[in-house]
Amino acid sequence: MTIEERVKKVVEDQLSVNQDQIIPEASFIDDLGADSLDTVELVMALEEEFGVEIPDDEAEKITKVGAAIEYIKAHVTE
Amino acid sequence: MIDLKEKTAVVTGAGQGIGRDIVLALGRRGADVAVIDVNLETAEETVSLLEKSGSKGLALRCDIADYSKVQDCVKEILGWREQIHFLINNAGITRDNLLLRMGEDEWKKVIDINLTGTFNMTKVVSKHMFKKRFGRIVSIASVIGQMGNAGQSNYAASKAGIIGFSKSVAKEFAPRNVTVNAIAPGFIETAMTSVLPEEVQEGMRRMIPLGKFGTGEDVANIVLFLVSELGSYVTGQVINCDGGMVMS
Ligand SMILES: NC(=O)c1ccc[n+]([C@@H]2O[C@H](COP(=O)([O-])OP(=O)(O)OC[C@H]3O[C@@H](n4cnc5c(N)ncnc54)[C@H](O)[C@@H]3O)[C@@H](O)[C@H]2O)c1
Repeated sequence: MTIEERVKKVVEDQLSVNQDQIIPEASFIDDLGADSLDTVELVMALEEEFGVEIPDDEAEKITKVGAAIEYIKAHVTE
Repeated sequence: MIDLKEKTAVVTGAGQGIGRDIVLALGRRGADVAVIDVNLETAEETVSLLEKSGSKGLALRCDIADYSKVQDCVKEILGWREQIHFLINNAGITRDNLLLRMGEDEWKKVIDINLTGTFNMTKVVSKHMFKKRFGRIVSIASVIGQMGNAGQSNYAASKAGIIGFSKSVAKEFAPRNVTVNAIAPGFIETAMTSVLPEEVQEGMRRMIPLGKFGTGEDVANIVLFLVSELGSYVTGQVINCDGGMVMS
């Protein structure tokens, strides 16, 4: 699986949404029905999946699917 | 009745006093306990007492006021046990002085250990509780945080802070089955209080409706209630363990 696919899989599992809703522009809170607690857990799940530590100030900026994919791509080698 | 087998607890400031009594009470009910203190020697003593009851312990030196040390310490605990079920924030200090004589260092030290230490431990441990959808967090505040006391403005502020902190976090964590409560002990017989002059102790006794000081075990009993099945529907509360002092 590519990084993009793996990120989408994490989002799918964490937020229980369909794959086709998980597009880069989708906002976790506005489009995918997450609450603030869900977004915190989503970041934790990404950290676990990719073995990275996402600092709190970076985590705050990850509000959309695309931002998550970009962050992981920038910090993890495929 | 209370069975804590297969559960892992973390207790801070557990090298002596109330913290040690909490560790031993948890151990007698079957829980394994990570014993944190700045003083490794006393933490190890607590562990050897704990292991007499058949439970397992891990002694760790950690200054809870230091966030990165707390992270390392919790990592070590998670290498020992895969899940932390209970966190008991017990470590606390006093640096008593009248406000007009209180140095900034005395203020800061008490806030850093009592309040920021509680924040540090709760933040780092709760992350793992979230993932497991289970956690019981109990912080030891004080009746002084509710009533105030001349000469203890720093301590009272830190303990009142713990109460507000616990209630807020209780609201944040409730959807993930993590309960957060505080205990407000009154006058408990420990090293912290035995250094007080006899006449001060007598004066305190007169403020207690039940007419006697409490023990570490009295506090530990409330911890047992809150972490066990019995207390599973209680969150965001402050339970006084003070012989009625808060009423006087
Ligand atoms: N004794 C009382 O009457 C009473 C009353 C109300 C509340 N309390 C609270 O109960 C708790 C325990 O009190 P006690 O009487 O057992 O105190 P104590 O002084 O006997 O024990 C406190 C323990 O905390 C440890 N500690 C101190 N700073 C630390 C740090 N930075 N990191 C890790 N460990 C640290 C100490 O080494 C010590 O072992 C405290 O929070 C205290 O404020 C006590």
